[in-house]
Amino acid sequence: MAIFDRSLDLGPCVPRPDDDMIVCRCEEITKGEIRRAIHEGMYTMTELRRYLRAGMGLCQGNTCGRNVKSILAAELGCRPAQLEDCTARGPARPVVVDTYGKEVFDRD
Amino acid sequence: MTNTADVIVIGSGVVGSATAYELARRGHRVTVLERSPNVGDGASSRNGAGVRLGGRLSPEAELAAKSIYEIWPTLGEELDADLEYVRAGSLTLAHSESQIASLDKKLAKDRKSGAPSRLVDGAEAREICPYLSSYVEQAVWSEMDGHANPMATTLAYYRAARRLGARYITGENVVALEKRQGRVRRVLTEAGTVYEADKVILAAGFNSRRIAKTVGLWIPFLKRVDECLITEVQPPMFQVRLSCADGNFYGSQTRHGSFLFGGNTNLERYEECYDGKPMNTNKQAADKCRAIAKFLPALKNVKVVRHWAGWLDSMVDRLPIIQEIPEVPGLILACGFSGHGFAIAPAVGKVVTQLALGEPACVDVSALSYDRFKPTGV
Ligand SMILES: Cc1cc2nc3c(=O)[nH]c(=O)nc-3n(C[C@H](O)[C@H](O)[C@H](O)COP(=O)(O)OP(=O)(O)OC[C@H]3O[C@@H](n4cnc5c(N)ncnc54)[C@H](O)[C@@H]3O)c2cc1C
Repeated sequence: MAIFDRSLDLGPCVPRPDDDMIVCRCEEITKGEIRRAIHEGMYTMTELRRYLRAGMGLCQGNTCGRNVKSILAAELGCRPAQLEDCTARGPARPVVVDTYGKEVFDRD
Repeated sequence: MTNTADVIVIGSGVVGSATAYELARRGHRVTVLERSPNVGDGASSRNGAGVRLGGRLSPEAELAAKSIYEIWPTLGEELDADLEYVRAGSLTLAHSESQIASLDKKLAKDRKSGAPSRLVDGAEAREICPYLSSYVEQAVWSEMDGHANPMATTLAYYRAARRLGARYITGENVVALEKRQGRVRRVLTEAGTVYEADKVILAAGFNSRRIAKTVGLWIPFLKRVDECLITEVQPPMFQVRLSCADGNFYGSQTRHGSFLFGGNTNLERYEECYDGKPMNTNKQAADKCRAIAKFLPALKNVKVVRHWAGWLDSMVDRLPIIQEIPEVPGLILACGFSGHGFAIAPAVGKVVTQLALGEPACVDVSALSYDRFKPTGV
């Protein structure tokens, strides 16, 4: 696990012309919001997700995950491949409460 | 940059970060060491969002009162973040006889602590929350309870502390403490880094146990897995927080419309708790869904989009340890929150800061010492 000193200062978040572009469509989060969050110290995919809800909507980040990652990589000055993805969470597909409640367990 | 600070905080959860914020606000040089690559990756980002005053024992009840009456209402403004705190009351629901019996226990605790609460019948519960089914026989209404967004809160403390100059380092796994001339002084990490400070605050959840052991302290707690699930977005339905008297499920509707539910099957303490990431069991989510369908039939056809797990650090008496350790001067323990530490973290951050600075604490936590546990028997 890489050691990361969060004192790293990215400087002020300079506005860009494409800041209004929507990146996470489910939660309607713009590129500018993501960039600002990064400049406020949200330096991982997981922190961005928890801070902004980017990737927490119905698609669970399947659509926007890659784009959020490349924005984060650009701001931090690293390659997207160096960044860890958010943990994928179950259930694999949304399940109706009533249906889920019919599941019974018999063993681990 | 040197690795010396006035205070080192181990663990960047809501407790560690609230403390780091309070210390930084008062001009102290504080370094926060976090094992995970993510700030606040433990229980603080995985919990059920409940901010309840009711059902607590002293002195946790006083920490909750301080937080709920004095800090939560203006905390968002103070931290310059939307914490989604709502104080809309809570209903603890009962159907079976054993659930009804446990309502009495809750009321008894509240009479002692002074938390306002009263018994209501099923009809009145349905007036308060019209979505409840006739399955509800009785309930306890606690008007001071509420909920907030735990991820927003933890990260808001982090952001505010960082703005004030607190140094956060993620990916640093603390493995040992070392004393110098009888006082705690050095903090050693797996990577071999040595950090030094006059005061060390141990707020690493269950792992505090292993770390405290390196200076000879025994903390009696269990590690337990606990889980939550969240549904797809619904139109605004109600703001009250609901819970089932035996803990089977609890939850509320979040600001963005999803319903967040936690709950227990009472089998958790027998689950395997390996080191590493907490894993969902195959029991809790289905169990919660059964309870939700019974108590809140309006949510029967709503989809669950995500579930996750977290660790609890469960003490014998379900109360935390908040104390400067007499045998290890300079070391302050703030751990063992036993599954209900999110709500009280704002007051805990202040108290721990006061302990670290040698000031009188705004809430008397002297009963929360690490050596309060005695073998039972003669
Ligand atoms: C599923 C679930 C539901 C819950 N529901 C509620 C609720 O509704 N209301 C409520 O008030 N509370 C609730 N809780 C409890 C609440 O979340 C915790 O009491 C609270 O978050 C504790 O905060 P903390 O900062 O002590 O612990 P944590 O957030 O666990 O922080 C400890 C930190 O220490 C780090 N750490 C561990 N070991 C090391 C090491 N060796 N070196 C460096 N860092 C280390 C961890 O990675 C972690 O970030 C719930 C908990 C869970 C799991």
